[in-house]
Amino acid sequence: MTLALYVPVGSPVHRLPAGVKLLCLAVLAVLLFARPTPTVAGAALVGTLVVGLGVARLPVAVLARQAWALRWFLLVLFVVHALTTDVATGAHTVLRLLTLVLAAAVVTATTRVSEMVRVVERLCAPLRLVGGRPERVGLLIAMALRFIPVLIERADRIRAAQAARGGPPRGVRALRTTVAPLLVQLLQMAHDVSEALDARGADDTPVRRPGRA
Amino acid sequence: MRFRRSSAATADTDVAEPGRGIELRRVGHRYGDRVVLEGIDLQLTEPRVGVVGANGSGKSTFARLLNGLVVPTEGQVLVDGLDTRTQVRAVRRRVGFVFQDPDAQIVHPTVAEDVAYGLENQGVPPDERAARVAEVLERYGLAGHADHPAHLLSGGQKQLLAIAGVLVMQPARIVFDEPTTLLDLVNARRVAEVIAGLEQQVVVVTHQLDLLDGFDRVLVVDGGRVVEDAPPGPAVAAYRALMERR
Repeated sequence: MTLALYVPVGSPVHRLPAGVKLLCLAVLAVLLFARPTPTVAGAALVGTLVVGLGVARLPVAVLARQAWALRWFLLVLFVVHALTTDVATGAHTVLRLLTLVLAAAVVTATTRVSEMVRVVERLCAPLRLVGGRPERVGLLIAMALRFIPVLIERADRIRAAQAARGGPPRGVRALRTTVAPLLVQLLQMAHDVSEALDARGADDTPVRRPGRA
Repeated sequence: MRFRRSSAATADTDVAEPGRGIELRRVGHRYGDRVVLEGIDLQLTEPRVGVVGANGSGKSTFARLLNGLVVPTEGQVLVDGLDTRTQVRAVRRRVGFVFQDPDAQIVHPTVAEDVAYGLENQGVPPDERAARVAEVLERYGLAGHADHPAHLLSGGQKQLLAIAGVLVMQPARIVFDEPTTLLDLVNARRVAEVIAGLEQQVVVVTHQLDLLDGFDRVLVVDGGRVVEDAPPGPAVAAYRALMERR
């Protein structure tokens, strides 16, 4: 899993405020789609690689992993566009999407999750006017990033246990038989996590919990 | 399954009396009709207290009573004179809790961010927060992992991270709920050493009896009651005898 991509290097890109980096990413996304020319897309890709590999000094593997993970999607996108329009349009579409994904990877690899979360909290600050708690939104995002790998690990464990007892290791049937036990485990985990959040000061009101000994 | 939020106020008037330790006064707890704990009257002032018991004996609920994660349905739990029912914020600042499964306790994606989480809740300023996180990560050999994804740590490292996340909040007492159950021998020994080296009062719920070596007091819980309350030697002997009769 490459959800937690942060690569600790002391570069100027790392030192930039997370809000600025996210704004640059948004501007790039708008530019790529508002000015859909191969020149803009090509320049954006080169710029992204220069910033990511040159200025931020990220390992090539970090960006290559992101591109590789998307290979089938990009291929399908290219083929569909090539068939429905022409090859040049397909290549251009793939180039734009690839640039955007790599730029997002540069931002993620140079920004701690906590900094991203603080930006989200600032953006959600108006929620306070209606009694909302922006820090809860931030915690939600951080926890989603934290628990997706855990969820995948639990699912793998269930599949391995089923396969060890003669169950199907993959395929639709394996997926179907994995879902129910995974849900049970996730509910138990959600209960445990809520206790941990209480214990670490997230909520000051005690909750009576269902039985455990 | 019934979830009920306590109607008690979260009064935050911290008028602690540290010498009183943890007091359980005629404590009982039930989930619906099922009695989990009953008739518990104790004062825990010793630095090292162990709790043993069979699965389902009520010891995890007992542990959860001590920092207000569970509020007793009967009686009262006081920590340094603070009631877990009405002064839960102050109680939780005084009593840290380490869970059996660190994966459920680690809530942030990276190591340093997770350790900082409790301090953010306490409103500790960023500079002090960073210094305290760095210090505790250094102490537990996790300094080199500060920016690493938590899910890539080994089981032992995750448990150390969970402990670090509690210790950074500088609680006066720490409750451990089966902290070594999921660990191999080497990591279990490392966690045992960490527990042994703590300055705080420690209450450890465990199935691993050697973890109780050097403890001051051990409680044996069975059927929701404390059936033995003695130093480790006699308490462990009583527990073994109890299990052999099963």
